[in-house]
Amino acid sequence: MLVEAADDVGTGTSKANTAILHTGFDAKPGTLEARLVRRGHALLLEHGPRLGIPIERVGALLVAWTDEQDAALAGIAAKAAENGYAATRRVERDELYRLEPHLGAGAVAALAVPDEHIICPFTTPLALATEAVANGVALRLGAAVERVAQADGAHVLETSAGSVVARWVVNAAGLHADTIDRLFGHDRFTVTPRRGELIVFDKLARPLVRHTILPVPTATTKGVLVAPTVFGNVVLGPTAEDVPDRAATGTTAEGLASLLGKGRRILPELVREEVTATYVGLRAATEHTDYQIAFHADQRYACAGGIRSTGLTASMAIAEHVAQGLRDAGLVLRRRDAFREIRMPNIGEAFPRPYQEPARVAAHPDYGCIVCHCERVTRGEILDAARAPIPARTLDGLRRRTRAAFGRCQGFYCLAEVTRLLAGATGETPARLLRTP
Amino acid sequence: MTTIVVGGGPAGLAAAIELRRLGAGRVVVLEREAEPGGVPRHCDHLGFGLLDLHRLLGGPRYAARYAALAERAGVEIRSRTSVTDWAAPMEVGTTSPRGVETISADAIVLATGCRERPRSARLVPGTRPAGVFTTGALQQIVHLQRERVGRRAVVVGAEHVSFSAVLTLAQAGAEAVAMVTEYPAHQTYAPLAWFAAGRRGVPILTGARVAAIRGRDRVDGVDLADVATGARLAIACDTVVFTGDWIPDHELARRGALAMDGASRAPRVDQAGRTSARGVFACGNLVHAAETADVAALGGRGVARGVATFLHTGSWPAPPVHVTCVPPVRWVAPGAIDPGEPLDVFRLRVDEPCANVDLVVAQGTREIWRRRYSALVPNRSIRAEVGGSPALRAEEALIFRIEARS
Repeated sequence: MLVEAADDVGTGTSKANTAILHTGFDAKPGTLEARLVRRGHALLLEHGPRLGIPIERVGALLVAWTDEQDAALAGIAAKAAENGYAATRRVERDELYRLEPHLGAGAVAALAVPDEHIICPFTTPLALATEAVANGVALRLGAAVERVAQADGAHVLETSAGSVVARWVVNAAGLHADTIDRLFGHDRFTVTPRRGELIVFDKLARPLVRHTILPVPTATTKGVLVAPTVFGNVVLGPTAEDVPDRAATGTTAEGLASLLGKGRRILPELVREEVTATYVGLRAATEHTDYQIAFHADQRYACAGGIRSTGLTASMAIAEHVAQGLRDAGLVLRRRDAFREIRMPNIGEAFPRPYQEPARVAAHPDYGCIVCHCERVTRGEILDAARAPIPARTLDGLRRRTRAAFGRCQGFYCLAEVTRLLAGATGETPARLLRTP
Repeated sequence: MTTIVVGGGPAGLAAAIELRRLGAGRVVVLEREAEPGGVPRHCDHLGFGLLDLHRLLGGPRYAARYAALAERAGVEIRSRTSVTDWAAPMEVGTTSPRGVETISADAIVLATGCRERPRSARLVPGTRPAGVFTTGALQQIVHLQRERVGRRAVVVGAEHVSFSAVLTLAQAGAEAVAMVTEYPAHQTYAPLAWFAAGRRGVPILTGARVAAIRGRDRVDGVDLADVATGARLAIACDTVVFTGDWIPDHELARRGALAMDGASRAPRVDQAGRTSARGVFACGNLVHAAETADVAALGGRGVARGVATFLHTGSWPAPPVHVTCVPPVRWVAPGAIDPGEPLDVFRLRVDEPCANVDLVVAQGTREIWRRRYSALVPNRSIRAEVGGSPALRAEEALIFRIEARS
């Protein structure tokens, strides 16, 4: 059973990040994080395509803007090699501007990291959860774990949606992993969310940049990057600020202004384009510099906490690691004979979308009926999302599954119609979907 | 001969009707919504049709009337048909329930209209709860879907459309608790301000902007900041409507690499609506975001004459004289001039209120036109009936600027 406090899967740190599938070239060598990011990168590249997860190999350019930063590139390449990633390549100034002609003036050189990919942060957790459900996992949403008791050799999780009895428990509660860990009697880390504000620019900005443009990291932060998104936008961010509040998902005037200032230097034409969205991601940072993954055979409990911004990349490797740990702790795991594979509807720009597929539209005219014009989302996709194994039950859930009302007009044209369609398909009222008081 | 009109709002339909009247051959309007008519379909108030149809209609009736006139004129209207991209210089790709197709033409008229900048594009900080709308979304929820939207709303903006939003809120049983504008006064006509807001006691908070939106699942308030002092004021509300702050829906124009005007973000067109691409025209609120529907429709009618001439003669002028402006003039449309044709009416916007000023049009040191205005109001349409056929130099821009009068 998968128990989730929110009303959908993937609504926390997973959905609000830079949406990069990292190679792990810049991880701290020797850490569990470095190993799992590297393995997770390989696993998502292997399974992502069959799961329908949009992934694009855009490559990264880590750009040095000063001589001092230039001098650091060799060290970063050496660290990448230490992390098992040997494909970095130094790019001199002239080639850099050939690769990225819109880059701001003053770049000195860069380090190319060709295997950095971009990935869909919405489809990834949905695909994994959908495949789990397809293979017998019961998903209980809106069930926040409040207390844990023991009865007859099993854990009894008291949740906001009733109690759940389990022999074994895996804590993968993200920003709340420390809270859950304490319910099991441990006190080894505290999550202090690191807040990152990000700005998503209009699709018309997409031709301005080919690679993910990374800064040379400092001791305290990885810095602000510019990256294409799988939806065909360009993202600028994140800021980095430690915040005490785990629900502090508001943007700030200062944060946005600081990003625009940095963006103006990295890619001056970018900040002249319209902004489609701004958002905040909270990374589940702790006082430790590595993931906090621990196994307690005696308690039949495993903790996967402190999964920072690299968690999207490492997710499948963390799962593999946890599964092995549970096996070592005595849990008997058997491979299913008839594993049911699933495939998510594509919402990435690099692959055909329904409105572009003549055969699909001919067979089902609903896929030719574009409802969200900015993101070209069809009536057929909206109805599919409402009937999916893990259905869209809210407008935000629909946005993450289809991109509807997620584009440059933010619903000026389509919000009413999208709401009506989702209401009709789910049995909700439009007022409830809009949370009208 | 075939002309494609992209967009079945007032400008596109008026262009199509006029093309048929001029005997320009086959005219196909591609409209992405289920019904033609454009934004007036969901503007359920009077005020439509004065200049173009010489009568006073409500938005939905006005939209329906144009659709009927187009049908009667033999315009081929394809609704639920989205133009997704250019397939060739004179060919567009479409998706509709009928299929994925391409359609080519001898002339293409872009009439894709404009939209309001949403909260995100205005970089308004805070959380992202439900209950934040544009007027466009609000009107469709209330007038097309007949749904409620909330109880207490803050309306951001105080231009014509902002007051229209107050009316729509009232019809949906929501109270506008405040209107907020960065300017020192509202920017609409006094009677409309009174009718929509004044008689309901809706306060207009001037010199203020939205500093943050608060709320988790649903808006529970906004923080306003005084533009001059930064002083904060918290207002409790469950709904925020972002109004005005128009931007042309210019995706297709830009994907076609048409020359754009940096300030208005519209494709640069000349007096006849010609863009930088041979055979491609633009009209309506795509080139001046936003004017009233009748002005957009008259623009469409005007561009039809340019299209008909092009279809007849096949001639396309040399690169035009550009039109630019100096702050506080924000933008001028049209953004180009074919020096071979007389000057026409220009429409412009200013960034700040101006009193007792001269609007001056010059090329280099040569003054071409000057007129005194007692008041120029931001966000309000300013007409400059320049006219005439001055001999213009080809390489130098025509500049609009404002001079204070002593």
